[in-house]
Amino acid sequence: MNKKKRDWRKRYAFVGLSVIIVMFAAAIFAGFITAYSPNETNLAPEAKLQPPSREHLLGTDDLGRDVFSRMVYGARISLSVGFVAVIISVVIGVVLGAISGYYGGWVDILIMRVVEIVMCFPRIFLILMFLAFLGPSIITVMVIIGVTGWTGLARLVRAEFLSLKERDYVQAARALGASDFRIIFRHILPNALSPVYVSAILGVGGAILIESALSFLGLGVQIPMASWGNILTSGMHYIESAWWLMLFPGLAILITVLSYNILGEALRDLLDPRLKGYGQK
Amino acid sequence: MNRLKSKASVYLNRLIKKKALFITTVSFFIFSVPLAGAQEILSYGDAYVSGSIADAITLIPFLATDSTSGNINSMIFNGLTKVDKDLNITGDLAESYDVSDDKLTITFHLRKNVLWQDGVKFTADDVKFTFDIILDPRNAAPYAANFQDIEEIKVVDKYTVQFKYRKPYAPALLKLGTAIIPKHLLKNIDIKNCNFARDPVGTGPYKLAEWKTDQHIILDSFYNYFEGRPFIDKYVERVIPNQAVQFLELITGGIDSMGLTPYQYKYRTDTKKFKERFVKYKYLSRSYTYIGYNLKDPLFEDKRVRQALSYAVDRKAIIDGVLMGMGEECTGPFIKGTYAYNEEVRKYPYNPQKAKELLKEAGWIDRNNDGILEKDGLKFSFKLITNQGNKQREDVATIIQQNWREIGVEVEIQAIAWAAFITEFVDKRNFQALILGWTMPIDPDNYNVWHSDSMKDGGLNFISYRNKEVDSLIERGRETYNQDERQRIYRKIHEITAEEQPYTFLYFPYALPAVSKRFKGIEPAPAGISYNFIKWYVPEVEQKYTR
Amino acid sequence: MFKYIVKRLFLIPPMLMGISLIALLAMHLTPGDPASMRYGLNPEVSGSARAHLKELYGLDKPVIVQYGGWLKRIVTLDFGDSFIDDRPVIEKIKERLPATLILQISALILIFSIALPIGVMSAVKQNSFFDKATTFLVFVGFATPTFWLALLLMRFFGFQLEWLPISGMSPWYAQDYSLPHRILDLLWHLILPLFTLAFTGLAGISRYTRYSMLEVIRQDYIRTARAKGLKENKIIYHHALKNALLPVITILGLTLPALIGGSFIFETIFAWPGMGRLMYTAILQYDYPVVMGVGIISVFLTLTGILISDILYAVVDPRIRYE
Repeated sequence: MNKKKRDWRKRYAFVGLSVIIVMFAAAIFAGFITAYSPNETNLAPEAKLQPPSREHLLGTDDLGRDVFSRMVYGARISLSVGFVAVIISVVIGVVLGAISGYYGGWVDILIMRVVEIVMCFPRIFLILMFLAFLGPSIITVMVIIGVTGWTGLARLVRAEFLSLKERDYVQAARALGASDFRIIFRHILPNALSPVYVSAILGVGGAILIESALSFLGLGVQIPMASWGNILTSGMHYIESAWWLMLFPGLAILITVLSYNILGEALRDLLDPRLKGYGQK
Repeated sequence: MNRLKSKASVYLNRLIKKKALFITTVSFFIFSVPLAGAQEILSYGDAYVSGSIADAITLIPFLATDSTSGNINSMIFNGLTKVDKDLNITGDLAESYDVSDDKLTITFHLRKNVLWQDGVKFTADDVKFTFDIILDPRNAAPYAANFQDIEEIKVVDKYTVQFKYRKPYAPALLKLGTAIIPKHLLKNIDIKNCNFARDPVGTGPYKLAEWKTDQHIILDSFYNYFEGRPFIDKYVERVIPNQAVQFLELITGGIDSMGLTPYQYKYRTDTKKFKERFVKYKYLSRSYTYIGYNLKDPLFEDKRVRQALSYAVDRKAIIDGVLMGMGEECTGPFIKGTYAYNEEVRKYPYNPQKAKELLKEAGWIDRNNDGILEKDGLKFSFKLITNQGNKQREDVATIIQQNWREIGVEVEIQAIAWAAFITEFVDKRNFQALILGWTMPIDPDNYNVWHSDSMKDGGLNFISYRNKEVDSLIERGRETYNQDERQRIYRKIHEITAEEQPYTFLYFPYALPAVSKRFKGIEPAPAGISYNFIKWYVPEVEQKYTR
Repeated sequence: MFKYIVKRLFLIPPMLMGISLIALLAMHLTPGDPASMRYGLNPEVSGSARAHLKELYGLDKPVIVQYGGWLKRIVTLDFGDSFIDDRPVIEKIKERLPATLILQISALILIFSIALPIGVMSAVKQNSFFDKATTFLVFVGFATPTFWLALLLMRFFGFQLEWLPISGMSPWYAQDYSLPHRILDLLWHLILPLFTLAFTGLAGISRYTRYSMLEVIRQDYIRTARAKGLKENKIIYHHALKNALLPVITILGLTLPALIGGSFIFETIFAWPGMGRLMYTAILQYDYPVVMGVGIISVFLTLTGILISDILYAVVDPRIRYE
């Protein structure tokens, strides 16, 4: 691994990270950077579906709401959906993967069969079925995306555990009478985490994409709350005329997901150049 | 037939059309003056292509409840009666009918020149067979309840059939207009598991030619149709699940017709290019949108509270803002413009001041100055639910939320997926207020929605509206054949519901179809435009899909 | 090897049972039932008609009884009838499978034939401009919401320029096109959907190939080959490529679930008459027999796909031994 390559990767990682930080900052300080309330409607004909202008940077939507404001507030939803969903996936994936890899035997077989079943079923349908069960709201959307996205992680962690548990220091800890819990979380897990970071970062992008798809189906977060997905979807109805309504939220999703992926990819190279495997879309 | 056609021939056609424009316009004028000349341009041929969000489910008419199947079935089948362009009842397969003085017997005299699409003659046996099948519980016909009062169906002779009722049932004439199916093809067959659903034979103007699942249904005209061969040779329904895509298809000529959204009607189709190629129509649809209050919820027990909420809703802003003006205010549960609709009822023009006064009268006052009203320590705050995926309703909810905030009522909107919406909230009466719409049958009888008997589980009186007077009016209404008397009855029901506001009635949206200009003979009427489809035609020079 | 295959084959039935049980339970726990979905809030359908329908489909019986009945039938490969239109599930699937397979298999071929060269080239020319550019490109594709791209392309090429068909698989008047005409017409309608699927799906395979290739290049035998003075091209394309592509094969099996149902949004936009739409409406309408039927078939295909790629892997690489 030569130095030049690392630099290239670092630059990428830096760009990705900066974009994400800017997005988060915008979302957090939404109130300061927007001139309009995201949900304030203006039904006067001349106020609706306006193209981008100085007053309305990204134009207005069909209820006369300022799209820029909605996008900025929508970032809160979209970014946190990605974030929370992945945390849930990571927790489930790491715990099950660790148990499976550490104990082996029946536990391992059982967990891995479950993983295979979940992986064999198209994820979006699994999400739809759960969503029908729990009803759409921002919380359930996060939880369901999280709960259906842990299988890859579990396999990753399991593989790490399989190789790590035979290491000398683990054997030593065991000889010293450390509890299984302690060995798993204190001794092995910290050494198995770097692929988890990478996979998690890539997962955030995936979760944001899934949220947008759910919004397209009318199953995302509740109106009038804005998310990039549902701004995009309501813009779809005006695709042949007010194209900007659809263009900008899509671009925001693209740029954010791209940043996460570039960051994850760069981290992957920086942390472990030999790492393989790729998150499923 | 048909067969288009390379791109080149399309251009060629356009070229011809341009040259023919003068001739067509002139001849069209001649035709409009209802004298001579008409014969020359009434020509057979071409195809009519429309777009549909979903594929048809079944072409067994009495099992179909979805709108695409309904559309297709109405082209393939006929009933004993139908409504004419002014929504009056008239005979279809029946040439005439008479109702006995005690209103218990209806006799239909059938047309003698009707053929099934396979060439067999249609007779009274088919009629009896159809209703026997519908009333057979094994077939689980969804509309069977419409016929539950029938005591006996008697075939008097080959072309006369008699229905005996246990008690007078005024909507009967309309309900008996359900599609008749052929006995000679379906007797001794398990109707739920036969291929008739995808290979139907009817008496109607069009017969099924091809059904490609989730792609298209093609109907061919039936030359021996009893009202004469339809002019347009093919009726095609293309399945295009996305509405935005449907509009793109319309503009580029992939389909000839679709229902426009108000926005498309008002802004996207006002161009010269569009007007050159399409004609837009606008008429009131038979449906209305409303806010329903769960009357079992203590919040809405007081009539004044419901009236106040109605006063606080800016209907005009909703109609102008969400419907772009493509709708009319609704004041009660009947089709506007029909005899049942009462124009002289209490109305609730937007008046937040009056709303506040009424609420104050009812004891709702903002005591802690948080902008929300309170009474007995309770905040006036509730959940307004609607079904997810209906953008128009979601937009209406958003506006109403703002309207009500202005009078100190706090509302949380929740849009819920259809399945859960029905089973968890509506069926279990587990809601406070909801936004929904009703599509009304042509007969004003609305027992299923407003009678207190329909409060029972599964019934559609889910707001639990109970008014003795309304109950007895509804009961009388469905037993009364005299239209003047029915008018008095239903107008009274309208008056009571308008006063009590169990719903805040919002609006009747317009149906806004656009149809390619090459189709002539369209005459908009209260029934819409498609009632005379068999008279539509395309002048030969303008035909697009040619043999 | 033989033992391994037998073992995998034995695993298939319990997994199928597992997935069908999950599907059934998920649908039963969710609020909603086929009867209310079929009649909805239709003011002309009485409550008794709904109850009657439930009875007719055995929906009033306990879940476990319903499942037992279903299992009994499935053994004879009878998937039951749809609750929505009473047609055999297998028939409904058969109608849609060709459209899905045409689109997805051609997408898969296209993706492989673009992604493999990209992956190999960017590994061989690691850190070159080509590497950076393609890396960026495939990532953009990966980050693009598929339905958004589909709509934008449709608007531009189908609507604005009118170069390509907007939606559908074939025009309704195609019934008496000649065979070559039909094929051309199909390709014509495939352009937009294929491009969208391929562009957004390049990342997986191309990145995987790149890693695999990079790893192989670093192996001892490649160094040995270099030390022996073999030509660089020969080393790369003869020795390295073969070995690098092996692991890519295994990815094939895992792409199958997405292939069967993953693209239903896409099918909705392009009015493509495929399986995804069938499954989607079935879920929305609580049509359990269809949901379970499609579920079973997609799981079966996936497991078979994994098995085949495992076998292929062993066949092309004799060093692999499955225990």
